[in-house]
Amino acid sequence: MKTEPDQSTPPPRIKYLISEKIDGLFLSLYDVHKFIIRFFKEAFAPPYEFKEIINQCYQVGYRSLPLVSLTGFIVGIVFTKQSRPSLSTFGAASWLPSLISIAIIRALAPLVTALIAAGKVGSNMGAELGSMKVTEQIDAMEVSATNPFKFLVTTRILAITFMLPILVLYMGFVGMMGSYLNVHLTEQTSYTAFFKSAFSTISFLDIFSSVFKSAVYGFTIGVAGCYQGYHAENGTQGVGKSANSAVVVSMFLIFIEEMLIVQVINAIR
Amino acid sequence: MDNKEVIISIKDLTKSFGSLSVLKGIDLEVYKGENVAVLGRSGTGKSVLIKIISGLLKPDSGTVKVLGEEVDKISNTALQKLRLKIGFSFQSSALYDSMTVRQNLEFPLVRNRRNLSKQDVSKAIEEVLNDVGLSQTINQMPSELSGGQRKRIGIARTLILKPEIMLYDEPTSGLDPITSIEINNLILQVQKEYNTTSIIITHDLTCAKHTADKVAMLMDGKFLSQGSFKEVFSTDNESVKTFYDYNFINDK
Repeated sequence: MKTEPDQSTPPPRIKYLISEKIDGLFLSLYDVHKFIIRFFKEAFAPPYEFKEIINQCYQVGYRSLPLVSLTGFIVGIVFTKQSRPSLSTFGAASWLPSLISIAIIRALAPLVTALIAAGKVGSNMGAELGSMKVTEQIDAMEVSATNPFKFLVTTRILAITFMLPILVLYMGFVGMMGSYLNVHLTEQTSYTAFFKSAFSTISFLDIFSSVFKSAVYGFTIGVAGCYQGYHAENGTQGVGKSANSAVVVSMFLIFIEEMLIVQVINAIR
Repeated sequence: MDNKEVIISIKDLTKSFGSLSVLKGIDLEVYKGENVAVLGRSGTGKSVLIKIISGLLKPDSGTVKVLGEEVDKISNTALQKLRLKIGFSFQSSALYDSMTVRQNLEFPLVRNRRNLSKQDVSKAIEEVLNDVGLSQTINQMPSELSGGQRKRIGIARTLILKPEIMLYDEPTSGLDPITSIEINNLILQVQKEYNTTSIIITHDLTCAKHTADKVAMLMDGKFLSQGSFKEVFSTDNESVKTFYDYNFINDK
């Protein structure tokens, strides 16, 4: 808007409760809270966008497979290779499969997959919704009596929340295969012996907690990406900013959630 | 046609963005079947006006009644129902760029008329594409269309819901004169065939002269004058004269 400010009446000075930044932070948190509440309302209220949810699951899940496979496989090999000398010092190289399985299933697979998804999927959501916002495509949906929030936001958040646990389990499997390859080539351990040893230390709680926390990370990535994109402004600069914020905020929250969930799971264990 | 039925009624409408006062008390009445062109310089709040009419923005004060309902006071459900009767053609066309032309047209239709069969949907799409003369683009992506084609598809997407009111935001901006004439003719065709009442936001005087039954000149947040094209431009106001002279290439 390039209209000249009204000179006759000076604008009233804005009074802040604490300061501009702190007030802004609380207002943003309130806004995010409203956004999440709206997500739950829209997710459970018909009509449902099943077709778009499946499309988003494909985009989020299937399209991430190459990156997740490569990363998982390399993490498995490298982690095994780096852990071997320390265990060998104590004559405990035979514990390698157990150590690797615990590390991958409990921590590495959920965390690494979530960080990959934050970078790949979160930034994509921020950029895609951001560009739709600044080019008035979201407004166009709104004025044609359709619900852009349900079509764009709800479907994306649901898709990443469903797909991330699946990607995490897949990465766990690929990581274990990478680890097995390294162990097999070095110590000629058989497939059966490796996996028997690996799964001897893994409990149902380990797998459940991995699936649970990856669903939480998925939800976090979805909310951060969609929130930033849905509220993008100031043209292309705003689109870049929302894509960037989507990744930064998701990663920051994932680490905090990891710390909290690990405390809770350890207390249960 | 009952020309006395008021379709859009705006009284003392004000809107500010922070310290910027954009609309400073606007009054406007648009009658059934009428095309009203709102003219004015860039940044005078013309687009803000139609965004308020369609419920995309909320006014600071004043009343905006569309088909007898106050858009900023009705419930969300009522607003959605009202929006089915309003078509909004965006300046940027705002086509969904990840969807084909067919999917763009299908999007509002299948979500608002859930009882339609696939054949009915296809028929409705073919019909509006024929009306805007772009049947051949049905499977193209928006990025493959020219500026004029994008505008037409944008209009077709609103027509598919058979609106009673059309809001055009700068329908000819960025188009060559020949394509602009085609869009002007399309606006008149829509008025006639779909029996719509329209507000056309523009600073293209040829568009206003060609399409509008009434012209309203927006200056400094208020309507300077309203009336026929001739009445509005028969003035000594320097800004209005400059507007006219620039558009019709009158050298001083």
